[in-house]
Amino acid sequence: MESRLQYIFLESNHWWKRTVCILLLMLSANVALAAQPEELELEPLVVREPPTREVDIDQLDSEDFEIGVYGGIMQIEDFGSDTVTGIRVAYHVTEDFFVEAAYAQTTLGQTSFELLSGGAPLLTDVERDMTYYNVSIGWNIFPGEVFVGSRWAFKGSMYVIAGAGSTEFGGDNLFTINAGVGYRLIITDWLALHIDVRDHYFESDLLGTMEGKHNFEFSGGLTVFF
Amino acid sequence: MMETRNVIGLTTLGILLCLVVQPVFAWSLFERYQPQVLVSDAYIELRTGPGRGFPIFYVAGQGDEITILKRKTDWFKVRTPRDKEGWVHLSEMQHTLDLEGEVINFGELDQGDFSHRRWEMGFNGGDFGGANSLTAYVGFALTPNITFQLEGTQILGEFSDGVMASANILMYPFPKWRLSPYFTIGTGIITTKPHSTIVQAEDRDDEIAHAGIGANLYLSDRFMLRMEYKRHTVFTSREDNEEINQWKAGFSIFF
Repeated sequence: MESRLQYIFLESNHWWKRTVCILLLMLSANVALAAQPEELELEPLVVREPPTREVDIDQLDSEDFEIGVYGGIMQIEDFGSDTVTGIRVAYHVTEDFFVEAAYAQTTLGQTSFELLSGGAPLLTDVERDMTYYNVSIGWNIFPGEVFVGSRWAFKGSMYVIAGAGSTEFGGDNLFTINAGVGYRLIITDWLALHIDVRDHYFESDLLGTMEGKHNFEFSGGLTVFF
Repeated sequence: MMETRNVIGLTTLGILLCLVVQPVFAWSLFERYQPQVLVSDAYIELRTGPGRGFPIFYVAGQGDEITILKRKTDWFKVRTPRDKEGWVHLSEMQHTLDLEGEVINFGELDQGDFSHRRWEMGFNGGDFGGANSLTAYVGFALTPNITFQLEGTQILGEFSDGVMASANILMYPFPKWRLSPYFTIGTGIITTKPHSTIVQAEDRDDEIAHAGIGANLYLSDRFMLRMEYKRHTVFTSREDNEEINQWKAGFSIFF
C-alpha cells in the first residue's frame, strides 16, 4: 500500500495524476470538515424516548354484554301451548348479578269453550299474536364448572331471575311479572347455551272475570358475549 | 339472462360483504389492545373461569410479564410467559405494575364514581293513578348536580293502557351522599288507549307536565336503587286538567 502511494505521489511521472489525487484528498477533507459541525447541530434534535407503555384498562376488550335468541314452548292459561321465539340482551354488572331485557312472541291457541262450541272465535287472528317484553334482574347462584363425560369441563352457572314487563294479550297490554330459573353453559369465552323455565303472571278479564293467569315458558337459547 | 343477473348480483353481494367483513376482521386481528404487566406481589392466582367458584390452577410468580387479554366484569383473562391462560380478579391485578414499574389504575368502582357518574340507565315499576306503570330511562349528568333525562313509560291499567314519553331535569342538592335525594320537573306527552273489552271509547293524546321528588341509593359497583314520587298534570281537551300521582321504584346502572 505504502509503495503504491509512494508511486502515485512521488514516483509517478504523470504530474496530472498527482494533482488530481491531491485535489481529491483536499476535497474529501473539506467535505468532512464541513459536515462535522452540521452533525453536531443535529445531534441534540434527536430525542430518544422509550415508547409509552402506560396501561389503559378502559381500552381492554370487555365482554360484559350478552345478546342472543331463544325458542321453546309457552303454555298460556286457557289458550293451550305454542312455540315461542324471542331475543334477549343482558348486561353483567358483577359476576353475581346481571340485568336482562327480553322480547318474544307466541300465538294464542283456542280455548276449550271455542273448541267445544265449534264456532264463534273469541279473538281475531291479529289478537292471537301474543308478544311480551320484560326487564329482569338475575342472580348467578351456583357458578362453577360442570363436567361432560370424562374429557370435557365447561364453565356455567345456574341463575334465578325475576322482573316486570308488559304482555300484549288478546289486543290489550297487561302488566306482567316474571320469575324463573335458568342455566347458562359457557361453551367458549364468547358463546353460551341457555336453558330457562319462566312463569309470566298477569291478570286479565278476557274470559269474563278478572283473574290471575300463570303462563309457563320452557326455552333454550344461544347467546354471544361482546 | 336471469343467471347472468344472479351471478352479477351475487358477486356484488360478495364484494360488499368482503368490504364490510374485512375491516371487522382486520380490526379484531390487529387492533386488539393487549397490554403487558409485571407481577409485583409474591404471586397471583389464575382461575379457570371468571368467578370465585372456579378452581385456581396456576400461579404466576413475582416479576412475570403477563399479558392481559380481555375483561369480564371484575375478572381479567391473562396469559403468562409459559402460555397459561386464566382469569385473575381485579383485587389481585392491583398488585401488578406496568413495564416501567408504575402503578396501574384498574378503576375499582366506589361511591366516588357514583357521585361523578356520567351516563345512567334504569328501569322501574310502580303505580300511576291506580294503574301499573313501567318506566325505562336514560340520563346524562351535565354537572354532578344536574342530570338531563329522557323517559319512556308504559301504563297498564284495568280499563285502559297507554304510553308516556317525557324529558326531565333532575337536581341533586347532595350528589356525594350515598342516599342522594333529588327534585325533578319535566314535560311530555301521554297517549291513552282503552281496553278492547270497553265499548265506545277512543284513543287520546294529551300533553303532560310533572314535578316530583326522589332519591338514589348507591348499592355497589354500578348499581343503584331509585325511588320516586311524581305529580302529573294532564292537559286534557276537557274542562278540567287531570291530576295523577305516580309512585315508582326500581334500579339503575351507571357508566
